[in-house]
Amino acid sequence: MTTDGRILPLHMRDACFRAGGRTIIDRISVEISAGPSSIILGANGAGKSVLMRLMHGLLVPTSGEVGWTETDPDKRRRQQAMVFQRPVLLRRSALANVTYALKVARVPRREREHLAVDALESVGLLHLAHRPARVLSGGEQQRLALARAWALHPEVLFLDEPTASLDPSATREIERVIRAFDAAGTKIVMATHNLGQARRLGDEVLFVHLGRLVERAAVDEFFSSPASPEAAAFIKGELPWT
Amino acid sequence: MSALWEAAHGALGLILAGDPALRGIVLLSLGVSLSAVVCATLLGLPLGAAIAVGRFPGRRAVVVLLNALMGLPPVVVGLFVYLMLSRAGPLGALGILFTPGAMVLAQTILVLPIIAALCRQAVEDAWIEYEEQLRSLGARGPGAALTLVWDIRFSLLTAILAGLGRASAEVGAVMIVGGNIDGVTRVMTTTIALETSKGDLPLALSLGIVLIGLVLALNAAAFYVKDAAQRRYG
Repeated sequence: MTTDGRILPLHMRDACFRAGGRTIIDRISVEISAGPSSIILGANGAGKSVLMRLMHGLLVPTSGEVGWTETDPDKRRRQQAMVFQRPVLLRRSALANVTYALKVARVPRREREHLAVDALESVGLLHLAHRPARVLSGGEQQRLALARAWALHPEVLFLDEPTASLDPSATREIERVIRAFDAAGTKIVMATHNLGQARRLGDEVLFVHLGRLVERAAVDEFFSSPASPEAAAFIKGELPWT
Repeated sequence: MSALWEAAHGALGLILAGDPALRGIVLLSLGVSLSAVVCATLLGLPLGAAIAVGRFPGRRAVVVLLNALMGLPPVVVGLFVYLMLSRAGPLGALGILFTPGAMVLAQTILVLPIIAALCRQAVEDAWIEYEEQLRSLGARGPGAALTLVWDIRFSLLTAILAGLGRASAEVGAVMIVGGNIDGVTRVMTTTIALETSKGDLPLALSLGIVLIGLVLALNAAAFYVKDAAQRRYG
């Protein structure tokens, strides 16, 4: 699997992101290193998604910097994958969606099929390999998005509320796959507003509120004794729905 | 009213008899328009996709220009191609004026902006949906554009059909660069114009019926292909 530290740790220094006159990310400095699963927790609109996109490189900070240990952008790109809230799949078979990702990552042609089959098997979709991806159910589509990431064997996997639009049984399946990623040594960075999920999957919590990183703590500590009043209010306010 | 009936009766007779002159005209029309649409598709899809995905100075002006060119008057295109191909023109050495080749060239110019502009719009809409995912995977530039074009291939059928409709319906451009020479460059639309002015209404009407029938058949076929593909691929 992956060896630690090829591109990690990730450093963010005073990163700001402004758009349309609003400050969405406000001077966040953070270091993300290999190992514990990091959960970016916060209310809707807190800036979780934008923060992850800054980390992943889909957005460029307005000011401040985001840097990885690996300086070559191509190598850095190949060690990261991201799974979005709503998966975007191509109009081709499930298998072809995975081999496409491998092709873009310049994996030699003869290895692609084998890796793709392996990835589909690990998310339990091998029996649907030749089904067109867009006609799969929501949960299956998200698992396919995870398989696409799995095949790349990234060092870091970003997940942006991957279960936000799924039912409980599909959510369980997705969480099982995320744990498998973690067990295989992939660094998990996941945004969620679901406290139960944060507890089930996370080792540490980065709590974001109004674009600022308010608190960072181990999961147990965060939930039992939040250090900031914002986090305490969030935990209290959200608990009835988890 | 009786003139219409007479014309319709004569037209059906010609069609059912498989009149060789009629068949020649229909086949030439199809050949010219389909060739033009194939050329315009090969050029227009990459062009439209490149404009959709590319970021370059003057891009908005190019988009506006391309949209405006969809309404190019066929006679003006015909005149332009005529000037290019006439003996004194820059492409005069080709010697293709008043041949089907010139008609294909004129219709390609006429149809290219339609296919490119509609493709640009479709790819740009899709790009909004796919951009983050494709960039996350590391796809960019021409590779990403090609992926998009292939993924929305069934929607692009509509753009190609719009081009075909334009090519098969226009008179002005093929009339000017083809010259409407009997048996060589006479196509359905130019024949309809000529025969109507000569008073041979049955031939004109029979060609009109065939023209509409062909356009309808091609559109129906494309519709069912698209519909079946969308059910299959989502």
